[in-house]
Amino acid sequence: MTDMTTEQLHDVTVHVNGVPRTASVPARRLLSDFLRHDLELTGTHVGCEHGVCGACTVLVDGKPMRSCLMFAVTAQDHRITTVEGLCEAPDARPCATGERMNPAQQAFAECHGLQCGFCTPGFLTTVTAYLEENPTPSQEEAREAISGNLCRCTGYQNIVKSVLRAAEIRTERLEENGGEVPA
Amino acid sequence: MKPAPFVHHAPRSVEEAVSVLEQVGHDGKVLAGGQSLIPILNMRLASPGHLVDINRVAALDQVEVRDADVRVGALVRHAELEHHEGACAALPLLRQALVNVAHPAIRNRGTTVGSIAHADAAGEMPAILALTEGVVEAAGPQGSREISPADFFLGPLETSLAEDELAVAVRFPRFAPGTATAFAESARRHGDYAMAGVAAAVTVRDGVITAARTSFVSVTDVPSVLDLTDVVGGSEPAGADWAAAAEAVRSHVEPEADIHATADYRRMLAGELARRVLRQAAENAVTTKGSSDR
Amino acid sequence: MTTQMFGAPIKRKEDPRLLTGGGRYLDDLGHHALAAAFVRSPHAHARITDIDVNDAVDVEGVVAIYTYEDLPGKVAEPLPLLIPHPTLTHGRTGYALAKDEVNHVGEPVVMVVATDRYAAEDACQRIRVDYEMLPVVVGIENARDGEHLVHEDAPGNIAAHMVQENGDVEAALAKAKHTLTLDLSIERSACMPMEGKGVYARWNDEDGELRIYSSTQTTTGVRAAVAAKLELPLAKVECIAPDVGGGFGVKIMHPWPEEVLVPWAARLLKREVKWAEDRREHFISSAHERGQLQQVTVGFDEEGRVLGLDVRFWHDNGAYTPYGIIVPIITSTQLLGPYKPGAYRCEFWSLYTNTVLVTPYRGAGRPQGVFAMERTMDAIADYLGIDRAEVRSRNFILPEEMPYDHGLLFQDGRPLKYDSGDFPASLDKLKKLVGWDDFEAYRAEAEAEGRKVGLGIGCYVEGTGVGPYEGGHITIETSGRVNVATGLTTQGQGHQTSFAQIVAQELGVRLEDVHVTTGDTRKMPYAVGTFASRAAVMSGNAIALATRNVRAKALRIAADALEVSEDDLEIVDGVVQVKGAPTTSMPLGTVAVLSNPLRYAFDDAAKAATQFAGTFDPDKPPVADDEEPGLEGRDFYSPTQATFANGMHAAIVETDPVTAEIRILRYCVIHDCGTMINPMIVEGQVHGGVAQGVGGALYERMAYDESGQLLNASFMDFLMPYASEVPHIEADHLETPSPLNPLGIKGAGEAGCIPVSAVIASAIEDAEGFPITSMPISPVELWELRQRHEAGEIPALRHHHSAAAMSHHEEPTP
Repeated sequence: MTDMTTEQLHDVTVHVNGVPRTASVPARRLLSDFLRHDLELTGTHVGCEHGVCGACTVLVDGKPMRSCLMFAVTAQDHRITTVEGLCEAPDARPCATGERMNPAQQAFAECHGLQCGFCTPGFLTTVTAYLEENPTPSQEEAREAISGNLCRCTGYQNIVKSVLRAAEIRTERLEENGGEVPA
Repeated sequence: MKPAPFVHHAPRSVEEAVSVLEQVGHDGKVLAGGQSLIPILNMRLASPGHLVDINRVAALDQVEVRDADVRVGALVRHAELEHHEGACAALPLLRQALVNVAHPAIRNRGTTVGSIAHADAAGEMPAILALTEGVVEAAGPQGSREISPADFFLGPLETSLAEDELAVAVRFPRFAPGTATAFAESARRHGDYAMAGVAAAVTVRDGVITAARTSFVSVTDVPSVLDLTDVVGGSEPAGADWAAAAEAVRSHVEPEADIHATADYRRMLAGELARRVLRQAAENAVTTKGSSDR
Repeated sequence: MTTQMFGAPIKRKEDPRLLTGGGRYLDDLGHHALAAAFVRSPHAHARITDIDVNDAVDVEGVVAIYTYEDLPGKVAEPLPLLIPHPTLTHGRTGYALAKDEVNHVGEPVVMVVATDRYAAEDACQRIRVDYEMLPVVVGIENARDGEHLVHEDAPGNIAAHMVQENGDVEAALAKAKHTLTLDLSIERSACMPMEGKGVYARWNDEDGELRIYSSTQTTTGVRAAVAAKLELPLAKVECIAPDVGGGFGVKIMHPWPEEVLVPWAARLLKREVKWAEDRREHFISSAHERGQLQQVTVGFDEEGRVLGLDVRFWHDNGAYTPYGIIVPIITSTQLLGPYKPGAYRCEFWSLYTNTVLVTPYRGAGRPQGVFAMERTMDAIADYLGIDRAEVRSRNFILPEEMPYDHGLLFQDGRPLKYDSGDFPASLDKLKKLVGWDDFEAYRAEAEAEGRKVGLGIGCYVEGTGVGPYEGGHITIETSGRVNVATGLTTQGQGHQTSFAQIVAQELGVRLEDVHVTTGDTRKMPYAVGTFASRAAVMSGNAIALATRNVRAKALRIAADALEVSEDDLEIVDGVVQVKGAPTTSMPLGTVAVLSNPLRYAFDDAAKAATQFAGTFDPDKPPVADDEEPGLEGRDFYSPTQATFANGMHAAIVETDPVTAEIRILRYCVIHDCGTMINPMIVEGQVHGGVAQGVGGALYERMAYDESGQLLNASFMDFLMPYASEVPHIEADHLETPSPLNPLGIKGAGEAGCIPVSAVIASAIEDAEGFPITSMPISPVELWELRQRHEAGEIPALRHHHSAAAMSHHEEPTP
């Protein structure tokens, strides 16, 4: 066991949702806690801290990763997208209460893809990234794509539906933009 | 579940990494993907005083597809290798195995070399290293060395890497022409540690099996290869005695029991999975031209 | 034009906020609060001999460390026993921090408060507790044997022993043409919400007031319990549930030790304190449920009608009984399902073990009861060679027999009297949905391909909407905004939408103008909580009644102001108008202004209500004797009994002939919860319940070793299903409204999970040709059962349809 000297703090700068954010944290600060407590971006949730539930999934340089299994210091200089940043996507649309929603978010709202909402941010980042890779999934592919995230409320039925609907919305919006991939 | 404090080192070169490892000795652990290490730290099952974070070390993130083999650097993420067209064309077994490693989000961060260095008996990639008769490249204060799987894996979670050594790459040799592979594992849930898994490589020449080998996941302490050429060699794939091969597998493996499966069940499962993948690999060998086509 | 709200699958109002990172769950609050962590017992049964905190005191960031010795007055007394019962003769509860003894791994012993959770855990690691081991009791058989005791003063480890009966079961069994005895078992699982428990306390020292945020299913319960423990007047304590990431029952249990200690520490330290449970803590210090051993003896006639049913079961209640014996009581009453057995007797023992507490988990004892009854029905069908659906229908209570009184007391202490339900119609729908009559053809095809498939069925009745009451409080502001408050809580059921639908419909306002608050004692201090599938029934009806009150008042005031008759008025999109002459109208906001006679006009709209505006009768006071100022309505709904929903499920499974892996090919649900407020939300609840049921049937079990260590205290080894493990769910509905409440609603929250273990067992048995009596079942266990069956240890079913199975046995006599 280490002795009880004061822990060294590291100045960690991470680009979160397009904005450089800096905080001074010990090396052992998990990325999930860094986002939630040091940056007060509480949209990312913590369900297990051993990488199984997926609630903490964020995008690191566009790829879904478990923020509970990364240290903030390792995320230095990387680009992180959290659920708060999804609605800033270039193709996010205003919704009834004024926020803007990306295709995945809108699809979940249409298809009742969430109940308590706790696991939802992890699904949204995962699905958003997935559709970039596979824009027209089949039902089996959609189910497979979300089979790394736990949900205790929905029984997954409507989440599968949401993935398929999100693919539709994404395609619709791309077509509206003249078929161009948003920058 | 928060980890205990540690000193964080972020070397920029292999030499620097090795130097730090030498200094911190048994109180240090290498951090690459962290997908196996960080849960252990979060649960405080281990509290190393130093983490040597190699994520900034230059030039460890290459996948090289070469005449003889596929070389994978220490920072290559499972997902990168899984989606590397060249590597998977050279060695289809890589993707066949990799899609079974946990879930995509874990594969986006976890490294193949890291997984091999972690040497979990339930890991898929150590079995692949063994079946391909690959090599671990290690760097230490005394220089570099290459370690065969038999010398590398000493026991569950135990390798012959010294405290001051860093695994910098692994090499997966290509199979001989006419060889095809298959992989299957059975887990309680999608993405869980397998109760048993089998990788098979079967070589077919002129319609006849000339080689058949398997390696295992979760049913042996260390990755081991079972050569079944004696059992099924000389037969045509359609008429091969796969049941006998399965029996040989059952005799070979030494499964342990845990809360998910008994030893007997794993033994049966290993045999059954072996039967299935051997047959599939043999069929693949007949229909395609095998793994190396250069 | 008012859109039909009630019964419509309206998209949820809460979703945009939750989808864009705007959720406010417990750990999202109180960024500057101190963090609490606990040293928890690593032993299942031990005496505490010493606690040494010296090495922890100097850890940087530590603010305070507390043991039992530090607890004053009522905080040092045992936690309350929430639901006493005459048969709970040996109820026991724990202390907020263990006093002399620990009775399960995970029991809190020391509390550390520090600047953050990392530091708190560092300190916890340095605290040394010395224990003297005591013999450990794990497993129902060991508890029943009574060789070792969990509590010295609870002989035989018996917390409660209860018998309920109706009719003379001995006589009925003696007279019956056939009798069978079944020995059954179900293993423990747990709610496992994605968000653990949590509590955040703010003590306002100047005013002497305490605000507690808790991830709870009952804010009124927590408020009362904590006020009592801290000896604070209720008026000085408020409790708010923030967004809650799932409950499923574990959060109805209260007060958890942490719910007492965190506010207590906040007051003592005069600092904000927060505790957010981590996953390991949740496994070892919240609650589990489901573990029972059962023995059923049934007497039946040639037709398969049950003449006598004698059930004994042993219920594992863990180390303490703070929630009383509600779960086994529910098992013993809901076991009856949609059937009318001639005579019925149910005897249970609720037993202590040195394991985590057992408090309700979605279904709350019903899954176990349904398992017992449905296995019995299948056994009767097999014995007689009669179709399993047919046997069930011969035992159904028929619609014309409703209301049907079973002659027993339900979990609310009131008669178990079914109000409505059409079981034959439900069964009919289910058979059509799954293709019951076509299955043998399907099976023949599958077997020709070397596949093993089976069809299973399970039926249940669920008592929902238990009292004592819930309330609704509607306030209409001068802007036209409609505020709705009810005191029970929300963990994903969409109350902000479904309750708003009720109000929008009843009042005649737009959904977007209705704002619902739940679980906040500041807004509605009279409530019970969300559990037992009661929210829609209880709060739905209370809110409807309250809305009718405020609507009537609005019409009275408007009629007076517009000088028309109330009967001529309607409210459409928030405007009170004359039917057929909508130009004569007044927005509800203006009615609200008029309802509150003012001296001072605080804005333009308010001018209309001041003393010199408009005309008034000088002989009448501004506020009439029987009126109150403001446009508000308040009412409560308090039923004489529960209302009974029902459902029937069927599943087709496939088992691998070699590896015994089990796959659900189809899962069909017929569900009757009476009138539905929002069918989309109801269906979502059913889906979630089925998924938990699948988890409980095939994947989830708490694996305790003999020393009381929980071997699978993580998501790696406690196997909750991912999407890959949950089949596509085909659901259809029936609606037999409840005659007991104005809206005709029955509860829906638990429905999906109740019969699943029974259904899957039924299906696997049908595939394999031998009885399945123990759940959950894994491939390994099925494989071992097959071997025992091959070896002759487990007999085949008497009448199994599979040709392959029949070849092993003699031709059965039909």
